[in-house]
Amino acid sequence: MFDDFIIRAFVAGIGLALITGPLGCFIIWRRLSYFGDTIAHSALLGVVIAYAMNFNLIIAVFAVSCFIALSLLFLQKRTNLPDDALLGLLAHSVLAIGLVLLGILSFIRIDLMGLLFGDILSVNITDVLFVWVGGSIVLIVLILIWRPLFAATVNLELAKAEGLNADLANAIFTILIASVIAISIKIVGILLITGLLIIPAAASRNLSSTPIQMAIISSVIGLVSVVLGLQTSMIWNSPTGPTILAITLGVFILSLIPLKKLLISKKKIKLSN
Amino acid sequence: MNNSLVELNNCGVFRNQKWLVRGVSLKVSQGEIVTLIGPNGSGKSTTAKMSLDILKPDEGTNTIKKDIRISYVPQKISIDWSLPLRSIDFVNLVTKHKTSEINDALGITGIQHLINEDVRNLSGGEFQRLLMARAIAKEPHFLVLDEPVQGVDYSGEIALYKTIQEIVKKINCGILLISHNLHVVMSQTDYVICLNGHVCCSGIPSSVIKDQEYIKLFGSNIDPTLSLYKHNHDHHHLPDGSIKEADKNK
Repeated sequence: MFDDFIIRAFVAGIGLALITGPLGCFIIWRRLSYFGDTIAHSALLGVVIAYAMNFNLIIAVFAVSCFIALSLLFLQKRTNLPDDALLGLLAHSVLAIGLVLLGILSFIRIDLMGLLFGDILSVNITDVLFVWVGGSIVLIVLILIWRPLFAATVNLELAKAEGLNADLANAIFTILIASVIAISIKIVGILLITGLLIIPAAASRNLSSTPIQMAIISSVIGLVSVVLGLQTSMIWNSPTGPTILAITLGVFILSLIPLKKLLISKKKIKLSN
Repeated sequence: MNNSLVELNNCGVFRNQKWLVRGVSLKVSQGEIVTLIGPNGSGKSTTAKMSLDILKPDEGTNTIKKDIRISYVPQKISIDWSLPLRSIDFVNLVTKHKTSEINDALGITGIQHLINEDVRNLSGGEFQRLLMARAIAKEPHFLVLDEPVQGVDYSGEIALYKTIQEIVKKINCGILLISHNLHVVMSQTDYVICLNGHVCCSGIPSSVIKDQEYIKLFGSNIDPTLSLYKHNHDHHHLPDGSIKEADKNK
């Protein structure tokens, strides 16, 4: 049954949505959305290296992403520049280096559109395995470091003072982001992955009152968007990645409707009558 | 063996070409309240962070007893708007507690009714009480309070200080307290350290208050009766501001 490319697309997309939900929440809580973008931009360099050396794409992108994340930690300690400036510096310089290399190594032929926006319909069995095996590892690690990571997100000094290993949790979290971006390159592409991380989490924020609730609802929103997006793209023959993202935006807009308030005010009106 | 929980020995922190604080030695033992006082920028918070090992001293040594539970009430903490966080989640931040324990801790600081409230909806004073409740719930061996009563109304401030004293008695922990409000603090402290980039003077409250260095920093016009002021309320306020058993007293 895995022969069918449609089924592979569903399985890969659903797997990805389940991971991006909780990770996306942490990205929003820690104001790291631009960091996700930076890692994603620098992924092009990984792709070029993978093609040039005939190496596995996901592993190459993962390695480059980790390198960029570590460079950021280094620059943060060495310079007085604000984080967003450092991220901009890294994102665009690494993207430029990737494009220069791509030009020099003229024998490489890359489907640039596929790289930028992903092509979920072209994923093969290996990609699906990467999503589910890699994704399960990411989720398990995230659950293991949840308490120190969450405490450090709320207040770093408090977490450190009370004996949690906040620095380690932060470093591991960075690696988790790098791996999710590597896994997702083929599915939604470099330009759209940050959207898949952030928009379901943002919609979930409007619907939840506890952190764990927000993480779970975020996964569910991602999952629904992937399923609806895939079907819509087949009906309209639209590009799949962008369609999925457009659906997440639709969910976000729906989440803005203040259901609780509406219910409460109706009750109040009834009471006052 | 000494029973000290935390010991700083001639510690200093050097940042951006200057010493934030230098030559601080202090010791906090079980069941003891040590208070740090001093003007703004005198290194009180820095000293507290060294005692928690958040900051490594660039000079001297900090020793923390192994395997002790530590609670920290930082001076400033801001919760990001994107975080959905209720009071109960905040109390469970570092250690998970039973709901009954959380209720008790919130009850001690007078905000039990806010247990399911979103942290962002709390007022400054209520949030400060929540920080205290979280620290208490852990039943720590060593408790660091950095200006724990800022933003709390005056009668609440005295009640909270009383609470602090009760906690020490109940769970026999050591407390490092930072405060600028000498009037209330002094009478309840075992040992006072007056900081201004270095240790100006230290000792039991009644001797520090007569110290020339202390008078230079804080002026001599502090009425000694005020410094050792004990506040007597004949009534007790409930969290909503109403007076508990007000009619009974009449």
